[in-house]
Amino acid sequence: MNNAYLSIPYEIVNIKKETDIDYTFKVAYKGALTGGQFMEISIPGVGEAPISICNFDDESLEMTIRKVGRLTEELFNLKPGSKLFMRGPYGNGFDINLFKGKDVAFIAGGTGLAPVRKTIDYFIRNKGEIDNIEILIGFKTPADRLFVDDLSRWSQCAKVTVTVDKGDENWKGETGLITTHIDKLDLTKVQKKVAVVVGPPIMMKFTTLELLKKGFKEENIWVSFERKMSCGIGKCGHCKIDETYVCLEGPVFNYTKAKDLID
Amino acid sequence: MGVVLDTISFNKYLKELSEKFKIFAPTQKKGKGKFAETDVVAYSEIKCMEDMELKQKSYFSPKEILYPIRETLFYFNGDSSEVPSLDDKPVLIFARPCDLNGIRRLDTIFLKNGNNSDFYYKRRRDLVKFIMIECTEGFDTCFCVSMKSNIYNEYQAAVNFKDNQLYMKIVDSALETPTIKASRVIDYEPGFINSNAVHVSIPAVEKVTKEIFNHEIWKEYTSRCIACGRCNTSCITCSCFTMQDVKLSDNNEISERRRVWAGCHIDRFCDMAGGHTFRKENGERMRFKTMHKINDYYKRFNEHMCVGCGRCDDVCPEYISFSKCINKLNTIIEEDNVCE
Repeated sequence: MNNAYLSIPYEIVNIKKETDIDYTFKVAYKGALTGGQFMEISIPGVGEAPISICNFDDESLEMTIRKVGRLTEELFNLKPGSKLFMRGPYGNGFDINLFKGKDVAFIAGGTGLAPVRKTIDYFIRNKGEIDNIEILIGFKTPADRLFVDDLSRWSQCAKVTVTVDKGDENWKGETGLITTHIDKLDLTKVQKKVAVVVGPPIMMKFTTLELLKKGFKEENIWVSFERKMSCGIGKCGHCKIDETYVCLEGPVFNYTKAKDLID
Repeated sequence: MGVVLDTISFNKYLKELSEKFKIFAPTQKKGKGKFAETDVVAYSEIKCMEDMELKQKSYFSPKEILYPIRETLFYFNGDSSEVPSLDDKPVLIFARPCDLNGIRRLDTIFLKNGNNSDFYYKRRRDLVKFIMIECTEGFDTCFCVSMKSNIYNEYQAAVNFKDNQLYMKIVDSALETPTIKASRVIDYEPGFINSNAVHVSIPAVEKVTKEIFNHEIWKEYTSRCIACGRCNTSCITCSCFTMQDVKLSDNNEISERRRVWAGCHIDRFCDMAGGHTFRKENGERMRFKTMHKINDYYKRFNEHMCVGCGRCDDVCPEYISFSKCINKLNTIIEEDNVCE
């Protein structure tokens, strides 16, 4: 019988520093993946945690990880060539068919950009498959920006707005919360416009409320949840909200469902 | 088949069974009570009828036989991992209908929720057979009838202990030993309780609206509940767990991954790295548990999770009564509907 809890070692092929506390780990991996899915990653003797996949190809996957806990603290000591234990992938992820041919705004706050990064990148590379793509991203400070190379590449062929809560002396871009920049989106076809909102709970709450105020339809808004998870397979109970298991039915939810999920 | 046994032949029967099975039943655990020199009724392995405690409700449910409080999932050794072997001697559990229905709920979560069967639960569960203890009287805090878990028919055998006689119905021929074959055959069908002292009215699922989540009712529990989690650990249907890693060698080559019981009332159940958490207030946790037991699980699996064993009421140090909570909730919901 299949033992879903077994964790398997994979080789870390590259570690890229995004910020002082966010590193992107590239791991050799073969297998079918969908952007927005997550892996349960672990270091033996330290612990296990769910981490979303921010990029992948036929040979590898990438995860951008913030140093915030016991496991991630240890992770930052690993070097390319070290083994990272993983099991998964879990969760539904972003089905790209939901966005094909549509006018889509991807709105992300901080590390919330990681789970949606692959989906954005897919449509940047396959612009013919989407009617319009806009990207609105908020970070705390300029130093907290993730995927800086991607952001500049994306901005060559899509409207990318990066805002920071607090700029520094060199910052020439936008400042202020994401909700104050919703107006910058092309809202001429707001009735049909699709929005993907990923970030901290408070950011998702106020951003979706603002989108609704601007005329977005509930069924056109998608969100992705982050919760504590010990198993990823619907047993441990940590990610359950009402009758919904985030690990099984999520982490990506349509707003019509997400708005009724009360922790 | 139905048979009648006296206590001597029942003990002979248990002896025969113990060759093939590890037998678990409620027992008095001497000195293991909450206070000094007090006992607690809990499940443990038995050899004879005198080991069994049948007059009192067990303080803990039989769930830890199938789902240990702490279970090693595997050992890491370098890049490989080793799953500990399990004693494959079959297990026989004496349990009341409420607990047997509770184990069915555990089966649902561990074997049917999602696409994966839980490897560790399944390998234990596959070894288990049940002898149902006939329960027609119940105890003070029981409300199994309201929860429709007073009846259970999937047992391998059933037993009624009465006036130094034992009436048994054997369904599974694996439980027919020479003693059973030599016993007097009778017609015996186990009875079931059809009314408890405690009744609960469960609000209809479609009437439980979002408004009730923020209702005043939960605030009372914020001041009363101390988040000790006894209701979770004593509950036959609480199945949540957390992963835990332990280093077993100085060079980090050998370590252990285990899972330990977790509970939605206990601090840190929802904590995520980075400081986010949910349900800080104990009242919110009471709301979460209540909804899980009498609303959410039903929406997924078409029966309520709570089986009405009443153990959460028995164990709560703050005298919070779950049955009263359900009734209070139902009254509020019904009154609100009347007002509309």
